[in-house]
Amino acid sequence: MKIFVPMDSAAKALGAEEVVAALRAAAPEAQIIRTGTRGMIWLEPLVEVEIDGVRHGYGPANAEDVADILNGTSPKALGPVEALDWMARQTRLTFARVGVIDPLDLADYEAHGGLVGLRRALEMAPAEIVAEVTTSGLRGRGGAGFPTGIKWKTVQEAEASQKYIVCNADEGDSGTFADRMIMEGDPFTLIEGMVIAGLAVGATRGYVYLRSEYPDAIAVMRRAVAIARRAGVLGSDVLGSGRAFEMEIRVGAGAYVCGEETSLLNSLEGKRGVVRAKPPLPALEGFLGRPTVVNNVISLATVPVIFEKGAQHYADFGLGRSRGTVTLQIAGNVARGGLFETAFGITLGEVVHDLAGGTATGHPVKAVQVGGPLGAYIPVSGFDAPLGYEELDAHGGLLGHAGLVVFDENADMLSMARFAMEFCAVESCGKCTPCRIGAVRGVETIDRIRQGDGEAVPLLRDLCVTMKDGSLCALGGLTPLPVESVLDHFADEFLPRREAAE
Amino acid sequence: MSSQIPATEDIQIILAEHLHLEGPLLPILHALQEAFGHVPRAAHPLITDALNISRAELHGVISFYHDFRDKPAGRHVLKICRAEACQSMGSTALAEATLAKLGVTWHGTTPNGAVTVEPVYCLGLCACAPAAMLDDRVLGRVDEERMGKLLAEAGA
Ligand SMILES: Cc1cc2nc3c(=O)[nH]c(=O)nc-3n(C[C@H](O)[C@H](O)[C@H](O)COP(=O)(O)O)c2cc1C
Ligand code: SF4
Ligand code: FES
Repeated sequence: MKIFVPMDSAAKALGAEEVVAALRAAAPEAQIIRTGTRGMIWLEPLVEVEIDGVRHGYGPANAEDVADILNGTSPKALGPVEALDWMARQTRLTFARVGVIDPLDLADYEAHGGLVGLRRALEMAPAEIVAEVTTSGLRGRGGAGFPTGIKWKTVQEAEASQKYIVCNADEGDSGTFADRMIMEGDPFTLIEGMVIAGLAVGATRGYVYLRSEYPDAIAVMRRAVAIARRAGVLGSDVLGSGRAFEMEIRVGAGAYVCGEETSLLNSLEGKRGVVRAKPPLPALEGFLGRPTVVNNVISLATVPVIFEKGAQHYADFGLGRSRGTVTLQIAGNVARGGLFETAFGITLGEVVHDLAGGTATGHPVKAVQVGGPLGAYIPVSGFDAPLGYEELDAHGGLLGHAGLVVFDENADMLSMARFAMEFCAVESCGKCTPCRIGAVRGVETIDRIRQGDGEAVPLLRDLCVTMKDGSLCALGGLTPLPVESVLDHFADEFLPRREAAE
Repeated sequence: MSSQIPATEDIQIILAEHLHLEGPLLPILHALQEAFGHVPRAAHPLITDALNISRAELHGVISFYHDFRDKPAGRHVLKICRAEACQSMGSTALAEATLAKLGVTWHGTTPNGAVTVEPVYCLGLCACAPAAMLDDRVLGRVDEERMGKLLAEAGA
């Protein structure tokens, strides 16, 4: 008997290890395969039993459910996992293997389409590889949405004795876990994407800058790199091609701002994670002053499927200038939270009401924060917004790393605005005064509003303008976004009616 | 993790293991903290010599990052997520109750040295909030009862 149980940290956080221990005790002869998570976090720990070649799900499982799962009488039976609505409605390209394969089994990876993309890229000239990425329409999934092909072209055309691929795995935004999920659930995809990036731009070395808050992801990635090296996917002779690519996992040290690419590069060099002024672009003067591709985990992990299926196949999904799929992370106060990969263009309302099934608490939804701590709080009246880079921008929001955090009617929006300022004050790199000091003033000003001082509202608005205008990076520059969105949409919660209406 | 007085030779061994890296400082600080539970003072002159950086530079780096400690933490470190998704599921009340129960503030250690409590901003467990982490063990949908059990196990 084959049984699959995720080793993803969300599954572990909900008791997967206890379930595995109970399964081992009750069915010592069964083959238990650890996988990533399918992304249906409300069903975790999700046990899958293979019956006639089809994987049937049971969840959310606990140790007491094990006996019934094994004898086929469990009331937690969900039927074939791939037929579940949440799975059937997705377009899983980047996450195709996550939850399906054993993350550290390279043969399983290859059996599910792994390394097809790399083998194809090895037959192509660097300019052709870059052109393929450009054709796919892939844009950076780390937040800024910059076209990946253009970034690669800049690095490719730069002359240097050493170039680098740096993967940004700092994933600091609240409400996001796609990077973590793929690193824990399909690490070879990221490795393959980085090797292809290296071939494209002529870089022979790569680093993954992985946040220290993810000990499980760090462990899986380190093992995967060692396995890939032993199998010749990494090293001086990638798959016998004579081309070299070596990579290493580096651990962050708990600073949110180190997700900003230049701060990240300083940190990787062993310096304070202070943001660098641009220009020079990291593409030209990045790690140790050399040309460097800095890309988000999902950007790089999407490259293999683009080469496996062809750029046009990828580009055929999407909306407007947002091509391909978006890996939505549905989080916070939701009945059904998790990862949902779909073509760009799905509306916020469909995600929140239909996919997520409303709130976990059962109270009406009040707001969704889209795009992490620097993203706007969008009220229910804005739920017709389609999820795409430009489309959300037009609604005063930003897609960012595509995390959606849902709040119910009990959320205290003024305290969310205060938290945005507090977070900025804690995490500011200190370089710009409007960010470093402004955020502290922001907290104080919001406290005045809380005490009923309506005159503090224009002060707060002014401060937001100052921060937007005078900040070098998006931490100081976009913290005003959630704050202003609270003032714009929820002022009647904390101001007398007359002032709120102004 | 242990907190014995670090010997110069042990520090030198850790340094030697990392000097070949590009940008070795963060890996060195992590390795020292892993070995000694903090970045010991005694290591500072050895690091500045080995990397040819100033004391001010080293201090600047250590103090910039939330992770590095200059003295050992309690036997266990409990991190409670303070970020937005966890707040939407009641983490603020959970954190306040936990701190009150232990009689500490953020970054504080219980008098018996069992647990240090720290804030963390997102553990990537935002779809099973509120989240926490006890040492390297991840925890989702934590409520006060479950937290109580964990703290009892940790000897707090
Ligand atoms: C304060 C701040 C934090 C950021 N955090 C991250 C992060 O955690 N992960 C990430 O990929 N990009 C982050 N970014 C964006 C990066 O600066 C950069 O745009 C990205 O890594 C480029 O990769 P991409 O083009 O593949 O998105 C952050 C930016 C700012 C201003
Ligand atoms: S805006 Fe803030 S975080 Fe960004 S560079 Fe300026 S001080 Fe640093
Ligand atoms: S916000 Fe708490 S785990 Fe992400």
